[in-house]
Amino acid sequence: MIAFAIRRILYAIPILIGVSLFVFILIRLVPGDVVDILIPPEAPRRVAEDLRARFGLDQPVYIQYFTWLQRILMGDFGISAFNNRPVALDLFVSLGNTALIAVPAAIIGFTLGSILGTLAAFFRGSWLDTIFSSIAIAGVSLPHYWVGIVLVAIFSAGYNLLPAQGMAPGGFPTTWQQVTHLILPVATLSLIPMGVISRLVRANVLEILSQEFVPALHGKGLLNRGVLVHIIHNAAPPALALMGLQLGYLLGGSILVEAVFNWPGSGTLMQLAIFRRDIPVLSATILVLAAIFVLLNILVDIMQAYIDPRMRR
Amino acid sequence: MGKGISLRVRKFGILSSTAMFFSAGLALPATAEQVLRIAMTASDIPITTGAPDNGYEGLRSTGYTIYDGLVSWDLSRADELADIRPGLATSWRQDEDDATRWIFELREGVQFHDGSTFDADAAIWNLERYYDPDSPQYEDQGAAQAQARVPLVDSFEKIDDMTIAINTTRPASYFPYMLTYVLFSSPARFEEVGGSWSAFAENPSGTGPFRLTDFQTRQSVELSRNEDYWDPERVPKLDRLILYPMPESTTRLAALRSGQVDWIEVPPPDAVPSLEGLGFQITTSSYPHVWPWALNLQDQDSPFQDVRVRQAINYCIDREGLSSLLNNVAEPSYGIFKPGEDLFGEPENRYSFDPDKSRELLAEAGYGPDDRIDMTVMITASGSGQMTPIPMNEFLQDTVSQCGFDVEFEQVEWGSMLVALRNEPMSDMAFGVDAMNMSLPPSTDVSQMALYFYGQNLAPNGRNWSHWVNEDFDALIDELEVSRDPEEVTRLGAEAHAILVDDAPWVFIVHDLNARAMTSSVQGFVSAQSWFQDFTPVYMED
Repeated sequence: MIAFAIRRILYAIPILIGVSLFVFILIRLVPGDVVDILIPPEAPRRVAEDLRARFGLDQPVYIQYFTWLQRILMGDFGISAFNNRPVALDLFVSLGNTALIAVPAAIIGFTLGSILGTLAAFFRGSWLDTIFSSIAIAGVSLPHYWVGIVLVAIFSAGYNLLPAQGMAPGGFPTTWQQVTHLILPVATLSLIPMGVISRLVRANVLEILSQEFVPALHGKGLLNRGVLVHIIHNAAPPALALMGLQLGYLLGGSILVEAVFNWPGSGTLMQLAIFRRDIPVLSATILVLAAIFVLLNILVDIMQAYIDPRMRR
Repeated sequence: MGKGISLRVRKFGILSSTAMFFSAGLALPATAEQVLRIAMTASDIPITTGAPDNGYEGLRSTGYTIYDGLVSWDLSRADELADIRPGLATSWRQDEDDATRWIFELREGVQFHDGSTFDADAAIWNLERYYDPDSPQYEDQGAAQAQARVPLVDSFEKIDDMTIAINTTRPASYFPYMLTYVLFSSPARFEEVGGSWSAFAENPSGTGPFRLTDFQTRQSVELSRNEDYWDPERVPKLDRLILYPMPESTTRLAALRSGQVDWIEVPPPDAVPSLEGLGFQITTSSYPHVWPWALNLQDQDSPFQDVRVRQAINYCIDREGLSSLLNNVAEPSYGIFKPGEDLFGEPENRYSFDPDKSRELLAEAGYGPDDRIDMTVMITASGSGQMTPIPMNEFLQDTVSQCGFDVEFEQVEWGSMLVALRNEPMSDMAFGVDAMNMSLPPSTDVSQMALYFYGQNLAPNGRNWSHWVNEDFDALIDELEVSRDPEEVTRLGAEAHAILVDDAPWVFIVHDLNARAMTSSVQGFVSAQSWFQDFTPVYMED
């Protein structure tokens, strides 16, 4: 088991280097650089060139990359080219803000999706299956930023029950007033994991129900609850794997949902960095998100291997 | 809470108590404290060091609130174009023998928010920050802003404790107008925070009517009244002014309607009637702020090299129809200044919507039904001051088609358009387009006309992106730059503007009226004829 975990962690290193290289090259395919966005067009060329030199943009790309990589390895995420603030500060604050809505959304989505999927499979073909499957398909199909706008239109602009946008001051919510700011973004974000998990669980449970060991368990005299435990045991690994991916996506911050709710998370940070060509912020954000994504998948792999010994091979 | 919200609460009866319960803490409490909450269109809080980014919205929000310039905008009147007035300088004059030398008498008794004194040393220290790369306080980002907006500064010197001189690279009668964009920060605070502009940004100190009291990264900035402001008439009535960056128009709208903010910049045009119906105030300000198609005249093979084609497309713009489509948050533009203003002049062409005349001009130029003009316009889906570009451009595409122009769009994101603007129109960055649809900063004075159209300001070294060069126009600009008589400057500017309208390097479409929506609690606001606005007379009434 330990060897398995070490092997998975070692796999992550080339993945992260590949991601960082890819991002570094990709952002240079976009027209212009941070200086073009930062200063007015008629600023003297000398000033623009001085700024480019200060940001190291006058160096060949491979030198820029290795300089950046060297700093990252030493724990230095650099300074934002736009506002001179340390990238690490903005990045980790933004990630924390995103986690405030992503983690509850993932928990709600996973729980509801698992329940709805299992029930739909057990009642296959009945009206309950139709209802639960429709909810799941709606969760996957409806554009979540549109759902966000509709929720705001109803609960904020219409009935004035919940805040329309923004995070309450004070960071981690401790009062009801702060919690109200979370409700609409969390509800919106939970739709997709709820939908995809529900579809997957339904298909898996149906497949397991059709396997021979289920009637065999019944034949041995096991009650329904006991059979259900065996079914969940078999259906859990793929659902966990998918949940790992979903949580990774959510922590990456949905740019569109964060834009709708004006949420100061990692999605809007990345959006700003892209529009501003703020390479230090964008590179660090994507690298950290990729690391989180890889780490989550390693954890999922380990959990899967723990549940299902066949996965350790 | 706004009138509209109150009405809704009554309408929904039983829901009202629930709504009030949940919204407690979100809406402004009915206490004596005067707090105004504004949703800006900026995507981040503009830099707070006195050299704000985010374009002119930065100047309006964290510029003129916390800081002053030697020269200020007079934003106290709604019935005439905003002009300049003394700021940190009480008066200025050109040296009698040398038109490039400007003398500024500084205001006595002005203190920065940290209590240090504004004097000639502080003024020179700030000019060094922007113009002297060898000074320890030189800041390249701030310098880029200042040198772009005020490129004429050559040197400067202290004459005595309350007098300085600024020398320009060439005579420019409009130099005082340009100086409104250079703001003055506290040298004492800069030293106190260890000589770092990023540290200064967190604890800034200017001489303005508001001082910064709270800063939440990417969320909000809180400004509080400066009780000791040097101009007693402009001590803010508000206790606090809180600014939120909120780039999405629908989010701003929802925030206003749910009572999270009291005032939003640029409400979506299609929401204006419903907001008015709910009792919200909609304010606009009529001033020169063009939303054009700037034509690419560097392309020697372009049909727009022929002035008749340029005039033809200007005669095929349904300006009234477009303004109506936008629920009148825009008004027709027939030049960069507005008819009726002294600077508009007497152009031969008054561009009404006249498709017949447009087709006649095209026929004279050799175009017709069998030889239509294909053109590509660079547009964005959003961006600072871009209004609602997609439906507006689709409306124009449809309108000009009837005269013989087949328009396609090259849609880019806002940053890519800024990059294109920085480069020549024939550069790769412009993707070979025939025109660019970029809303350009407010042009209330003659210096802005020179900035965008003078023959020496061609992109990439200046803002004349079109590469329009007209010798008569340039000669008039040269003449007015050296004039010392304001009336003559206006007369020459009007003649230059008439040439600009007739020669039509741009398709003049509409002026942005800078709509704002606010609750009925917001009182005292004077909607100045300017992009900039004064928050000091505003107060809140229950």
